[in-house]
Amino acid sequence: MVVEKRVLGSDDVRRAITRMAHEVIERNRGLDGVVLVGIQQGGVWLAELLGAEIARIEHAVPVGAVDASLYRDDIGLRPVAPGSVSDLSFDVDDSTVVLVDDVLYTGRTVRAAMDAVGDYGRPRAVQLAVLVDRGHRELPIRPDFVGKNLPTSTEEDVEATVDGVIIS
Amino acid sequence: MTPTRSLITIDELGTDGIIRILDLADHMAEVNRRPNPKVPALRGRTVCSVFFEDSTRTRLSFETAAKRLSADTMTFAVSQSSLSKGESLRDTIETIAAMGVDAFVVRHRSSGAPLMIDAWTQASVINAGDGWHAHPTQGLLDAYTVRNSLGRSGGLEGLRMAIVGDVKHSRVARSTVAAMRLLGVHVTVVAPRTLLPPDVGDSFADAVTDRLDDVIGNIDVLYLLRMQQERMNEALVPSLREYTSRFGLTAERAAALSPQALIMHPGPMNRGVEIAVDPGELPGAVITKQVTNGIAVRMAVLFDLLGSGAATSSPDLITEGGSL
Repeated sequence: MVVEKRVLGSDDVRRAITRMAHEVIERNRGLDGVVLVGIQQGGVWLAELLGAEIARIEHAVPVGAVDASLYRDDIGLRPVAPGSVSDLSFDVDDSTVVLVDDVLYTGRTVRAAMDAVGDYGRPRAVQLAVLVDRGHRELPIRPDFVGKNLPTSTEEDVEATVDGVIIS
Repeated sequence: MTPTRSLITIDELGTDGIIRILDLADHMAEVNRRPNPKVPALRGRTVCSVFFEDSTRTRLSFETAAKRLSADTMTFAVSQSSLSKGESLRDTIETIAAMGVDAFVVRHRSSGAPLMIDAWTQASVINAGDGWHAHPTQGLLDAYTVRNSLGRSGGLEGLRMAIVGDVKHSRVARSTVAAMRLLGVHVTVVAPRTLLPPDVGDSFADAVTDRLDDVIGNIDVLYLLRMQQERMNEALVPSLREYTSRFGLTAERAAALSPQALIMHPGPMNRGVEIAVDPGELPGAVITKQVTNGIAVRMAVLFDLLGSGAATSSPDLITEGGSL
């Protein structure tokens, strides 16, 4: 039997996004050259909400999406999702790219996404924002902005949406 | 679902398989729009093209597709090979396969040759055109071009297409008609009776006519086939001039087309025969788009066979929400 446990509610998610928006602005001392790039597919909604929150606090920044599936080192384990095409309609050269994903786990998706962004240009810096860090990294990758640190076991699944975060 | 390991005909893909490839091609088209159009998806895989029949665009398109996915490519030049020393096709294929090839891209003048090669090797085989039989990647790139040009997603339900010309001797016609119909397009074959395939009555198309003028005002896609000169010698059409006057795209017929209708041709074009107007002046002509889209679609086919989840994964390997 699968037991579902809600660890964050929709209000918690909203507050976490607001805090992360402030942290992005604080860390970069403003928003000069900052662009948000959601990792397809789970990071795209989060990048959009984070972008809306940043726009409310300071001003709008470009928000795009990157599909890392053609850069994975475990091709064959995850099919490419239809409709999740990269959309980077702005110049990433000399920008500060904030990669955004819902759940940070092994780090392999982030590694693939960094390679994908690198094919569009040479950012001045790449930072990482995730709603949930569930541990179990297999690569030397560390998030800059975290909504919630969530210790999990590898047997558990974590689902993060705008309505909340559920472990099952 | 049992994954398809090779691609010999459109039929083995089915509607879902075609849509899967077209969706993948959207990803590949985005790669091709970048300043650096290359991804590492098929690093370490080797694709060998084996062309027993002349082709420039299909061979170059496949090789470009493989290179943009970072696969290694080999070209087997038939005329410089041991085949000319009398080695059999089977021995040749087994020899190349022993060098470690993941996919063969095969064109052959005989229908069925790619299927035979598929039985001899563990590698994937992609049919790049066999005799009059099939040219599945052409069918897929045509379907992709229609979907993309009309800004649609999923299938192509409700569209009407007329395919005009030498349907009988055309592997392009067979594969394009099959792909379009599986996606829900209503297909009318327009040809002189001498150029109709024998099975045209029952299953080949939705309608058949020898009067292009009857259908031209009521179609979303006009697909012109290449009229091969050698058909004249076989007395299948009286003259090229008569062919043009009855089946060619003339200025009058171009004016009768709906303004949104797409005009397609698999190339190479016989200007003045099946197409008697400059396609550059027709707003609906997507003939060069077909060529461009061919690379994205062939990347999608290569990735689907050699790299994507379809080949090895089952759904329970995918961990929901965890960035695996």
